[in-house]
Order: sequence, then C-alpha cells, then structure tokens
Amino acid sequence: MTSQPTLELRGVDKSFGPVHVLSSVNFTANAGEVTALVGDNGAGKSTLVKCIGGIHRVDAGEMIFDGTPQVVHDPREAAVLGVEIVYQDLALADNLDIVENMFLGREKVTRLRTLNENQMEKMARQALDSLSVRTVRSVRQLAASLSGGQRQTVAIAKSVLWQSKIVILDEPTAALGVAQTEQVLDLVRRLAEQGVAVILVSHNMNDVMKVADSIGVLFLGRMAAQVQRKDVTQTQVVELITAGRSGDLGLSPAESSGAAV
Amino acid sequence: MSARTHDMVEQKPEVPTEGLSALGSYTKDYLSRVRGGQLGSIPALAGLIVITAVFAVVHQGFLSAYNIEALVIQAAPIIVMAMGLIFVLLLGEIDLSAGTTGGLCSAIMGVLLVRNGLSWWLALIIGLLAGLVIGLGMGWLRARVGIPSFVITLATFLAFQGVTLILVGGQGSLIIPDTSPLIKLENSFVPLWLGWVLLAVFVLGYAAIKVNDALGRRRDGLSHAPFTVIAAKVVVLAALGAIFTYEMGVNRNLSTNAFFSNKAQGMPWVVVLLVLLFAVWHFVLSRTRYGRHLYAVGGNEEASRRAGIVVNRIRISVFVICSGMAAVSGMVAASLLQSVQSNAGAGNTLLLAVGAAVIGGTSLFGGHGRMIDAVLGGLVVAVITNGMSDLIQGANSAGYEWVVTGLVLLIAAGFDAVVRRGRAS
Repeated sequence: MTSQPTLELRGVDKSFGPVHVLSSVNFTANAGEVTALVGDNGAGKSTLVKCIGGIHRVDAGEMIFDGTPQVVHDPREAAVLGVEIVYQDLALADNLDIVENMFLGREKVTRLRTLNENQMEKMARQALDSLSVRTVRSVRQLAASLSGGQRQTVAIAKSVLWQSKIVILDEPTAALGVAQTEQVLDLVRRLAEQGVAVILVSHNMNDVMKVADSIGVLFLGRMAAQVQRKDVTQTQVVELITAGRSGDLGLSPAESSGAAV
Repeated sequence: MSARTHDMVEQKPEVPTEGLSALGSYTKDYLSRVRGGQLGSIPALAGLIVITAVFAVVHQGFLSAYNIEALVIQAAPIIVMAMGLIFVLLLGEIDLSAGTTGGLCSAIMGVLLVRNGLSWWLALIIGLLAGLVIGLGMGWLRARVGIPSFVITLATFLAFQGVTLILVGGQGSLIIPDTSPLIKLENSFVPLWLGWVLLAVFVLGYAAIKVNDALGRRRDGLSHAPFTVIAAKVVVLAALGAIFTYEMGVNRNLSTNAFFSNKAQGMPWVVVLLVLLFAVWHFVLSRTRYGRHLYAVGGNEEASRRAGIVVNRIRISVFVICSGMAAVSGMVAASLLQSVQSNAGAGNTLLLAVGAAVIGGTSLFGGHGRMIDAVLGGLVVAVITNGMSDLIQGANSAGYEWVVTGLVLLIAAGFDAVVRRGRAS
C-alpha cells in the first residue's frame, strides 16, 4: 500500500461550544487494510467517526478522500464518497427479511416501478457469498430470527453490496459471544481483502491485536499515535490508550498530562 | 485464520425446486415459519371456519343465500374501513376517528345530494375529497406538530360526530333518493353471467401472477413455490369463488311469482368494489417501494431514517389513506342504509373495524399486517354480529352480542400479544 490512502485526515479540529473534542487529529486508512481506532471512553472516537460520516462538520483541518480534499456536509454526501457506517445497534428492521433490510431505501425496481425482488435477492446472495458467509441459511428469513453475529454479518454485507470504499464498524463485537466474535472478525478481514478501507472502532484489545493492520490511538481528543500493528505489543497500545504515551511513542509528557482539556 | 474459517463454513443447503422433494422442503419451510410466529392468516381463517360452522349448526338458514348476501353487505363497510386502518396500524399509530370521519364524509355527500341537488357523482367526489383533506390535517398534526395520534383522533372522533349532527340535523336523517346510483352499490346485483366472467378474470389473474412469479424466480435460479402448491391454491380459490357465485345466483326475492318477476339474484356490486380495493392496496403494500417503506418505518423508525426514508411523509400518507378509505366506507354504509343518519359512523363503527384488522392478524404495535387481514377479520366480525343477532332473541340480545364481540376481540388481541412474545424470544 504505497499509493495514497483512501482516507486521510489532517489536523482535524472539532469542538462543541467550549469543549474541544478533537484537536489537530491526523489519521489515515488504506484500502485493503483494517485500521483500528481505539481510545478510552470520551477520547473522541465517536465524534471522529461522525465527522467522517458527515453527521458532524469539522471546524478545521482537511479530509482527503483518494487524494482529493472534500468537505462533507451530510451523511448523503458521505455515502456518495463511499463511506458506510455500520452502527453498534445495527439499524435492521426486525419485521423485514435480510434482502429487504440490505436494500432498504435503495430498492431496485422494474420498468413498471414495482419492486424487483429477484434481482435484489440475487445481489444480496452474491454479496454474502463474496464474504464467504455460510451461516445465513436463507436470505428470506426475517431479521428478527437472526443471531447477533448474523445481524452484524448482514450489516457488513450491506457495505459490500453498495461497493463502499470506506467501511466504519462501530464496536462490531461488543455484544457477541466468542464463536460469533470469531466469525465477525473473519468477516472484517475478508472485507479488507476485497480492497475496502475498513475502520474498526473497538474497545476490545484482543480483537484489535488480532485483526488490525494499523492502530490509531486517541487520547483526550488527540491522536496519540498511529502505529503499525506489527511494530507494537498489546501493552504498548494499552499504555497509549491510558496515558497517551508509551516509551518514545505517543504524545510528549506535557501534552499527555491533560493539556487538551 | 484460514483453518478457523473452514471450521465455521457450513454447507449451503441445496434447495430443490422441482418434484416431491420441492414440495417437502416448501412444506418444511412453511412449518418452520409458522413455528417462528409467522402465522399469517391461519388464526383468522380457522376462526372464521369454526364460528361459521357453529352458527350453521345451531341456526338453520345461516348459510342460506339470503343470509350470505346480508353478511356480505354488512361486512363491506367494516372491511373497507379496516383496509384503511391497516395502513395506520402498520406504523403503530391509531385512528379512532375513522368511523366518524366516514360518517361526516357521507353526511357532506348527503347534504350536497339531497339539499343542494348536486349530481350524485359530484357529491360523491366531494365527500371523498373531504376524507383526504381530513387525513392530511390529522397526519400533519401527528408528523409535524407531534401530537400523539390517539389524542388527535380522539378529538376528531368527538368533533366530527358533532359536525355530522349539525349537518344532518337533530333527530333527522338524509334519505338518499331511490334513483341514485349510489344505492345500487349495496342493493343491486351483478348480472349472473357477469358474475361468472368476473370470477374467471379474478381466478385466472391470480393464477397468472403466481405462475409468472414462480417462472421468473426459476429463470433467475432462485427457489420458488412448487407448482403443485400454486395449483392447489388456485383450485381452492376457484372452488370457493364458484360456490359463492353459485349461491349468490339463487333468487332471494320471495315475492317473485307469475305477476312480479323482479328477482334478487347475483352478487351485490359491493363485492366487486371490495375485490378492486383489495387488489390495489395489496399491490401497493407488497410490490411497491412505498409499501416496503411502510413496513420499514413500522418496524424500525430509526433504521428507516438512516436508510434515507422520509419518515414524516410516510406518516402523513397513512392518515390520508386511512381517512380516504373511511370516507369510502361511509359511502358504502350510506348505500346500505339508503340514508345518512345523524349518528352516522358513531358508536361501535370504528371499534368493529379495528377489531376486524386485529382479528385478521394485523399488529397494533406496528410493522405487521396485510390487506387480507381486513377481509378475513371483517368477515369474522360480520359473521359474529349477524349470527348473534339471529341466535340470541329477547330483551337483552344486544347486550349478549356486545359481550361476545368483545370476547372475540380480546382473544384476538391476546393471540397477537402471545405470538409477539414468541417472536421476540
């Protein structure tokens, strides 16, 4: 991945009134890689994600998509740029089946403006197959009948369907058991192998160390460090999360002592 | 990681699409859906058969042609109103004023027709438009102002009752002239030959749609309903339709003799109206983006909003449809009574329609409901009211009728709640 990153943030600032939530954050996500975004509660992970997704506008700094600086005003513009956010609560309608959920709001219609169920069902099946998903028996079962892992699978497969370039997963394994966590992490890897820039927001160090290529650590609204997975140990990452620095990695002692607040 | 990947790979079951194995897998699929709480029309259908059987046994003449006609024309206004209510219920809302809205619209129509001498169709159109405007207003209050629909429609339920009373006048009623074609809807009959032609068109149309769907799915390599199942459904539908059409072909006018040759035979015209309304709304719900979005908003409003659906527009639209259908129902009721009473649409009108939708299988909590619910539920309600009124005679018959109707509604709602719990777990 020597070419330009799919997403690059430079010096992003965001405050809500007097509260500086993000200050000069730099962050990159490359196609084909899983980039983890970690940090303690209140470090600014959600805000950063919402800025990328167009829900918040940044106060200063640049967001560069595929080498082109862009201003994202609302979620629809973010979707046009290929950003898909898979939220923690997944946003599936329980009374609709998998196909209906995956195409919600973007249904395919025939020439007569009726729903093109066959095309949607085929495309949904293909999207799931491309991720080697075999845990979903029928794409016509209701979302209500799916397990947590299956729901997560459907939500992730949706981003394949829409050929998103950047997929942001918000705590995808938080509510899952061991086996299902494994399945979802496999899915995350396969998604990246398809050339998608995956951003994984997680609290779970095991997941992050297992699946990420690169790790960005937020500490009190600052990017303490973005490091390659292979260069660090779990202990170092935990130190970065809790103290903002670890050895010669991370913020300077002055910065890490709560200067951002 | 690859070894683990293989562990979790399960074989995708091959779905056979032809022959006996297809029938078997289809049946298994269907049974597992039923066990999962997707009962569809089973409870309503079973209830309808049981109740009809009971009345047929204890009350001679219940299944006579005369009584079946009475059943159908009594059920018609309930079914039409329930069809509209299903849209509102799909979003988890309620319209308590559908009954009085229908009454008000029929009163507007009646006043224009009887007192202002407008032609019948102009009066009818203005009455129906009034329904749409009322729905728009209530939808706006719900979606934009944010008043709970229960409160809005409780207010309009009371207010419209008053407006109808003012329009029609104290203890009076507006008698719709016999010559008005509107009367014919409920009191005049489809010629026998036309009845059979319409039945043939209906059954063949149903068969064509189902076969076309199955062929399309097979062409696209998807599993489809076995043709034996489709054939069975078509045969059952044709048989039921033929029995109904045949029975409606019997002359029900007892005074027909050598001197008076006017016969009462053929199905009431309102049956054609019901079939048309059903077909249109069923199509809207099951085959259009709008219908899909209705279910989505009823199932998960937040998810729908994130998917780019304009939730407020959907919410206003269901009130418009519901009030519009309530207006149609009011016209049908006026046709049945050949007049508009000063208490039109008041009392139990709305409750019977909501009961019909719920008995049919529509959930009061939103997200679950189909057009067929209105038809089956409306028939159940009509069978109960009709059967009870003949069965229970004497001073307190009306009282018993109310009690039984209430019990059936309670059972239906309880059933809905139990199934919901089954779904959730």
